[in-house]
Amino acid sequence: MKLLTNGSVLDGFTIEDCIHSGGMAHIYRVTYAEGSHDPGFSMAMKVPRMTSGDGAENIVSFEVECHIMQVLTGPSVPRFVAAGDLERVPYLVMEYIEGHTLGHWLDLNEVLSVDLIVRLGTAMARAVHALHLQNTVHLDLKPENVLFRHDAHHEVGAAILLDFGLSHHAHYPDLLAEQLRKAVGSPAWIAPEQVVGVRGDPRSDIFAVGVMLYQLCTGELPFGTPQTNAGLRQRLWIDPVPPRKLRADLPAWLQEVVLRCLEPEAAKRYPSAAHLAFDLSHPTQVHVTKRGTNTKPTAFRTHFKRWIKAAGMHYQPSPVPSQQVSEVPIVMVGIPYKDVTDATLYSLRQAVARALGSRPGARLACVTVIPSSMTSSTEEERSETNLHRRYLTQLHHWAQPLDHPGRQTSCHVLESGDTAQALLDYAQGNQVSVIVLGAATHGLKTQRFVATVPIKVAMDAPCTVILVKQELPFEQLGQRQAQVSNRYSDSDAESTNAATSPLYGDDLGPLG
Amino acid sequence: MKLALLSDIHSNLHALEACLDHARAQGAQRFAFLGDLVGYGAHPGAVVDRIMLLTEEGALVLKGNHDQGAVHPPVTPQNLGDSSAAWTHAQLSSAQRTWLDQLPLTAQVGSALLVHASVNEPAMWRYVSDTRSATASLDAAQQFNAVRYVFGGHVHAQTLYYRGSESALMPFTPQSGVAIPVPKHRQWLATVGSVGQPRDGNPQAMYTLFDPDRAQLTFHRVRYDNAGAAAAIRATALPEYFAQRLETGR
Repeated sequence: MKLLTNGSVLDGFTIEDCIHSGGMAHIYRVTYAEGSHDPGFSMAMKVPRMTSGDGAENIVSFEVECHIMQVLTGPSVPRFVAAGDLERVPYLVMEYIEGHTLGHWLDLNEVLSVDLIVRLGTAMARAVHALHLQNTVHLDLKPENVLFRHDAHHEVGAAILLDFGLSHHAHYPDLLAEQLRKAVGSPAWIAPEQVVGVRGDPRSDIFAVGVMLYQLCTGELPFGTPQTNAGLRQRLWIDPVPPRKLRADLPAWLQEVVLRCLEPEAAKRYPSAAHLAFDLSHPTQVHVTKRGTNTKPTAFRTHFKRWIKAAGMHYQPSPVPSQQVSEVPIVMVGIPYKDVTDATLYSLRQAVARALGSRPGARLACVTVIPSSMTSSTEEERSETNLHRRYLTQLHHWAQPLDHPGRQTSCHVLESGDTAQALLDYAQGNQVSVIVLGAATHGLKTQRFVATVPIKVAMDAPCTVILVKQELPFEQLGQRQAQVSNRYSDSDAESTNAATSPLYGDDLGPLG
Repeated sequence: MKLALLSDIHSNLHALEACLDHARAQGAQRFAFLGDLVGYGAHPGAVVDRIMLLTEEGALVLKGNHDQGAVHPPVTPQNLGDSSAAWTHAQLSSAQRTWLDQLPLTAQVGSALLVHASVNEPAMWRYVSDTRSATASLDAAQQFNAVRYVFGGHVHAQTLYYRGSESALMPFTPQSGVAIPVPKHRQWLATVGSVGQPRDGNPQAMYTLFDPDRAQLTFHRVRYDNAGAAAAIRATALPEYFAQRLETGR
């Protein structure tokens, strides 16, 4: 495709400057030719280089990008505007977003602060999770494909993912899949399973984010830029040099996070990008192992053994991304810091155990909200550190019976004047999948009219909310049983009106 | 113009009506019936009448092996299908049988070729159930002018076969209700599923909507009164097994 000239019109779009001229495509700024139809955002047109000399793969990947861009939504991808007829004049018009790609920070050639690395990494992980929830795996994440939106208030804005030419959407036939499985992706960032031709595992994207985090931490690529297939396969058994060997001031927890992303076996990485974002934003909750503290490169013997194993390694095709991600939920439980009976605490724990189920990858976040007014900067007894420690101990104690090998549990004390809002913000900010709360139905008549914390959370939550009712003391259970059987004995089930009977009315409160 | 592709109705009037309604609501302007209108179900006559009426609006109808069997039932029935053919034969008027007998085996609509089973010798009723049989059908379709799509039934399952970056076909199991882009520069083969006798454990009826203008194919599953259809079978002399099959989708 020859270069389009500034000012020319294509299918109703006026071509402006060419802002990118890459190996695969040209990108132009465009506006609507009529000028009347303002979409409310800037637009860019991507036109693939499709001359007779270009490979068929280029055309297929452009086709894939057109299909996938049309169905993706949300703030972590550019908005789709239009696509040209592939046979006539192929192009893709999308939202043009101002910002820096991750390459901007890498090109600074400076030692980046841990704080900056964490903010960039968290933004990336959130964007990647949003994509996975839409049944799409990017499979070509690299610094030039992650853009950070310009944000007047923050140095690092939200992350936007670009270039879906190698992506996989579970609802569409995978045009890039091959019978003879070959690596498709960018050599420096490609995950081991992609090297052997597996496409569609969301954890491949976690690996690529890990490579970028490694770059941010050390300025180097963990596996270099291999040029041959044999070189690519090395990542199936070779551990990268621990980042702390290259940069001594790096905290062990961050190395733990980076190296967990880079595990050769997908099952040993973070099970979802939400889990990665969680660890990045809660450093004190990261479970640091030898993987984090180690500063010595892996011994030859170990690598040799793994090389033998990798020769026969068999990667399984993965389930649909959104399904896989939903099987490793982040479960959040809100524990009242006061006025809570043992029976309620017990029932909450039972409900959490059920919500976590048999899913080994699920993680649990125990949260309590204390009023901001509680802490004092003058009284030692009520100092922030002391109060937090006291409530954290309570939470840990409560969560102890839920401990399970391989499960990550973390405890958090939040301070806020608005308990419900604090819980909601926490759930939103950490991609929580299930919130478990006590139903707080103490039989108060006013609860029918006043929105209680659980009701407010249930109404505004970004995910499923489980409201837990306290199990009744044993003797009351007996009474209720007697009453219920009485009623059923003299009337059939349809005529019993549970909603208005005093038996349920008070207890259900606003849920009734 | 959106074309609704319905196959393997199998005398199930309840499922047929539900799919026709669904397809109209989705904007279908034309119907194509890819054979096996009758067999197994309780309403062969009513289904044939309904579809004959739709031909006046331009509906295309192909012949399937069960239609053939109902017109010329085997003298000595070998299996349940054969005995249902004899029952169906008796239910149909001679006019209905004559109409079924003259149905064609294939039809071409633009760049799409329609067939009941495989384009590779349609009268042999070969099953298209893997990449090899799909390749044979798609290859045979190349004798027709400018065919890019082959749509068939017979296997009672919804599968889309496409060419990946290599020349061999790849199977894809579609998600119900998702419009899949099927650009014309590639070749595609789809088995559109069964309206009247699903066998994948999901009792919902199946059909597929093709939009040639937007080059999109949408596979649908439609809830219908399968209990009613099963009850209608029980009210006849047909085997109980046919009724249970509609209840369980097996």
